[in-house]
Amino acid sequence: MSPPAPGGRAQSAPLMGRAAEPTIFELSAPGRRSWQLRTTDVPEWPAEELVAAEHRRRAPVPLAEVSERDLVAHVTRLSHRQYSVDLGAYPLGSCTMKYNPKSCDTVAALRGLAGVHPAAPASTSQGWLALLVELEEALCAITGMAAATFQPAAGAAGELTGLLLMRAYHDAHGQRRRRVIIPDSAHGTNPASVSLGGYEVTTVPSDDRGCVDMAALRGVLDGDVAGIMLTNPNTLGLFEEDIEAIATAVHEVGGLLYYDGANLNAILGVVRPGDMGFDIVHLNLHKTFATPHGGGGPGAGPVAVSERLADFLPGPRPVRVPEDDGTTRYGREMPPRSIGRVHSWHGNALVLARALAYIRVHGGDGLRRVAERAVLNANWLRVRLSSTYDVPFDRPCMHEVVLAAATLKRRYGLRALDVAKCLLDEGFHAPTVYFPLVVEEALMVEPTETESPQTLDALAEAFERIAAAAAADGGLDAAHAAPRTTPVGRLDEARAARTLVPTFDARGG
Amino acid sequence: MLVPDDLRYSKDHEWARPAGTTVRVGITDYAQDALGDVVFVDLPAVGKVVSAGDVLGEVESTKSVSEVYAPVGGTVVAVNASLSEAPEKLNADPYGDGWLCDIEVADADAPSSLLDADAYRRLTGS
Repeated sequence: MSPPAPGGRAQSAPLMGRAAEPTIFELSAPGRRSWQLRTTDVPEWPAEELVAAEHRRRAPVPLAEVSERDLVAHVTRLSHRQYSVDLGAYPLGSCTMKYNPKSCDTVAALRGLAGVHPAAPASTSQGWLALLVELEEALCAITGMAAATFQPAAGAAGELTGLLLMRAYHDAHGQRRRRVIIPDSAHGTNPASVSLGGYEVTTVPSDDRGCVDMAALRGVLDGDVAGIMLTNPNTLGLFEEDIEAIATAVHEVGGLLYYDGANLNAILGVVRPGDMGFDIVHLNLHKTFATPHGGGGPGAGPVAVSERLADFLPGPRPVRVPEDDGTTRYGREMPPRSIGRVHSWHGNALVLARALAYIRVHGGDGLRRVAERAVLNANWLRVRLSSTYDVPFDRPCMHEVVLAAATLKRRYGLRALDVAKCLLDEGFHAPTVYFPLVVEEALMVEPTETESPQTLDALAEAFERIAAAAAADGGLDAAHAAPRTTPVGRLDEARAARTLVPTFDARGG
Repeated sequence: MLVPDDLRYSKDHEWARPAGTTVRVGITDYAQDALGDVVFVDLPAVGKVVSAGDVLGEVESTKSVSEVYAPVGGTVVAVNASLSEAPEKLNADPYGDGWLCDIEVADADAPSSLLDADAYRRLTGS
């Protein structure tokens, strides 16, 4: 029996039996409603007289018919079958699933914030606008940028916004550039955003240290390159040490540097993208600044830019308006050459309030400690597990470490997927598997700064136990049977993908 | 890992089986094992003209989507349409029922520039 891991291990999570939860349609009873109108003296009026025939449905939509009590019970039972950041450690690499402080939720729930309609005039929304201006200044100070938009709803929306800014900038300079460069280790959303933004992707390979191959980069740079999208630290969890040379080379051909801020919490308060030479930065507030995400969203993907791109930002933006009497008011302003709106109002505003609360609670030195702990935790795991698992890039990592089960697979047949499933039985969420694609049998572990040394120790022990068990007689069969303790066992992922059934037929069959 | 002696291989893990002026093409046992369970195969159109190294199509597994490259240049004259219904053939029989397409080559000697079985075994350590 391993020592308790406060907060990190969820093996004690209770379940009321092993039965599968029915779908909401299976709980449906004809005519049952979750609302009723009380008896009033307001006269009834036939729908036919209120709504024109062409706007009326011919038949009711076949929705589930349940009472409020049944609905809440169903959703609560489902929620009890979920793993979550509040339940235990969630080392899902690249996703930064860290614990979100409840104080930030308290701030977002303040009536003065949650109760304000976004269409309220600026004169009655001064507090909100001041909050947004303050957050913009904080994010610009953290990233080394000049101005920001809060509209993008999450990371991928931020990427597209960044590419549209890139296009607007080149258009304004009368240049038609067609290509955007992406390293082969990039997040999968990068090439998708490039295509959606109307550009062609040029991929540059990683070198044997896991960083951008400078010679290959120079080989693809020319006047047709609109820019490069980089994550630093990159998706292998490694810092791009040649970043200044990369920035110089891209700027020399007139291209722009886009910073994918997915991994910002490794460098928070330590180094700034603006100082590295980046022109456009998106931030995942729902990762670095501890706001909910992963189905619990909504997210927020603000985009910050250098001075020369500020005029193109989406709008209207919250701004300070100096008054004649020396005081400051807050208003909204459309940037002169704006690409337009990418979201209504100011994006997912209550997420922004949480992020500012997080920044204010930590302060500058606190944010730096966030990054230092995140990097320390990942490196502790890297060193601890390097005798059991492959470490493809044996150098200090940043906030996440890429391990691999390639040797375990060759020796015992134990694959990364098996390790992930066995970890569930150990009471932990699985790490990211088979990503980055350039690493065989990759296991991408991101402990985040919120896990304690005891939790890291318990997590490492679990990894070690799984590897040791595979070497024993019958160990591989046992690993293939995992998970055994979860509400649903090993799924046939291949069959699910080959014969995809995305809908539920309420009539059965 | 199975590496039949009578085939030729590319460094990108495709195999080529010459038969007169056409060459049958597929992915190797090593490739299907690395990909894992294949769930979708995107095949080239019959009549497509490719150069050696061009993208022929895509193979999607539960882990990833990977491009398949033409080991030889020529014209695609037949594709294994049964893969759209049964992509698992790529895993079960990569050198037989799991073939991808036939390419008619202009240069009948083209496959000889590819790796032989011994060289491919060395490349993959199998």
